[in-house]
Amino acid sequence: MKGYLALLTIRMKTLFQYRSAALSGICAQLFWCVVQVMIFQAFYDNSSLALEAMSLKKTITFIWLGQGLLQLLPWTIDKEIELHVKNGNVVYELVRPLHLYGLWFCRSFALRLIPALMRSPPLFIIGGLFFDLSGPASWEGGVAFSLSVVCSLFLSTAITTLMAISLFWTLSGEGIQRLLPHLAVFLSGLTIPLPLFPSWIQPFMLIQPFRGIFDIPCRLYTGIISPSETLYYLSFQITWTVILIALGQVLMSRAQLRFVIQGG
Amino acid sequence: MKLFWKLVRVSLRSQMQYPASFLMLTVGHFIGTAINDVFAMWILFDRFRLIKGWTFFEVALIYGIVHMGFALAESLARGFDSFSQMLKQGDFDRLLLRPISPLLQMAAREVQLMRAGRFLQGFFVLLWSGSNLSMTPFSLHAFVIFLSIVGTAALFYGLFVGQAAISFWTLESLEIMNITTYGGVQTGQYPMSIYTKPFRLIFTFLIPLSCVGYYPIATLLRRETFPLWLGTIAPLSGFLFLYGACILWRIGVRRYHSTGN
Repeated sequence: MKGYLALLTIRMKTLFQYRSAALSGICAQLFWCVVQVMIFQAFYDNSSLALEAMSLKKTITFIWLGQGLLQLLPWTIDKEIELHVKNGNVVYELVRPLHLYGLWFCRSFALRLIPALMRSPPLFIIGGLFFDLSGPASWEGGVAFSLSVVCSLFLSTAITTLMAISLFWTLSGEGIQRLLPHLAVFLSGLTIPLPLFPSWIQPFMLIQPFRGIFDIPCRLYTGIISPSETLYYLSFQITWTVILIALGQVLMSRAQLRFVIQGG
Repeated sequence: MKLFWKLVRVSLRSQMQYPASFLMLTVGHFIGTAINDVFAMWILFDRFRLIKGWTFFEVALIYGIVHMGFALAESLARGFDSFSQMLKQGDFDRLLLRPISPLLQMAAREVQLMRAGRFLQGFFVLLWSGSNLSMTPFSLHAFVIFLSIVGTAALFYGLFVGQAAISFWTLESLEIMNITTYGGVQTGQYPMSIYTKPFRLIFTFLIPLSCVGYYPIATLLRRETFPLWLGTIAPLSGFLFLYGACILWRIGVRRYHSTGN
């Protein structure tokens, strides 16, 4: 366990170096929020069709929360893992007395957590002070939201690790790496809040794992899901996390059986 | 100019060396932009029906134009993307040694075909909306739309050139400029009339995004009261912008001091 923690702290320190990138990223995200809010305002302006699904105020909160939690989405994989698989250095990782899945999980965890820590607080503060991000519907909702965000961090890490493992099969990883971010953004409800989706597609949207990353925390925050149901939704997130971790380990051990190391 | 095409051909050929990978990238790009842009827009219209009186197909017309124009510019201007990197490492000096305009060399450095995914996606959307609005391929409408696409491409190309030119003055992180390019696409795919006034002013006079996409289409569809000829020539502002960016680039080259290596 100590080994994993050590690796985790090292990765975190490295990732903290990218502060100026975070700053310009925040500006871009602010811009995105402002534009997105204007678009939704225009949509809501002459139409009450969506009101039974979600009010404008809640939609705007969804947009801001989405940008605040953006970094939690599983849309990149650790660059070093990618490099290790490509140049064969991954064998050195195998020599270490740690489980390879655990190692990669830690790396992915840092990759998700650090950018989120750097970007979320400023966005939440700016959004709350100068723009129209409203507070949680109730304090219980706020607590439920925080718990749920922790769960989504783990869920997202599990997906990120799975993406990394897929590198063993598609060496360049480009197909999956290109497509998955788009899918993640869409399925998690970041492009358009899931409550606004057409009803025929809702049943599917509500059971897929990406929903747990963003949609559930936001619904708890805005009170669409009442705090009393928190436990049910947290277990939804945890179940998916466990399934994806198990899947990752199975695939990882499969991959290790058929390792062909290129180069020496 | 002949040289330019030759360099472009070289760049294209090198990308086609791995056809499977190329195909995958293009398809990935196509699907990615399709679900997050068109499908998302469709979902919103399915829910709300109209935005400021515009129907889905009318907005889709602007959408197609902006995305096609952006894809064209993005794939052609890829060489400018890593320009600040080039300056830092002193690689730019190499270009200056050659007896060809550095702007031309930069332009032909890399042409990324993968972006064809977005282009095709925009094209399909344009066809889809065009046929639903019962437009014909050889008509005044089509001509305005064509001008509009070219103007949009010129504008975005100008933004890429301008972004590169600014790195002559500052090597600081310029990612913030992406607000104008990627943010421009995001903003430009909806009718400009939905935005607040300061926004519209910036995107009309500073960066003429609404002149290349929105105004021509709005006059075609009679959403704005401008005379048609004004809407038709509005996309030319994209070329003006590109010209301005090139001038900025030239000034930058003149005051360039190598970082040495």
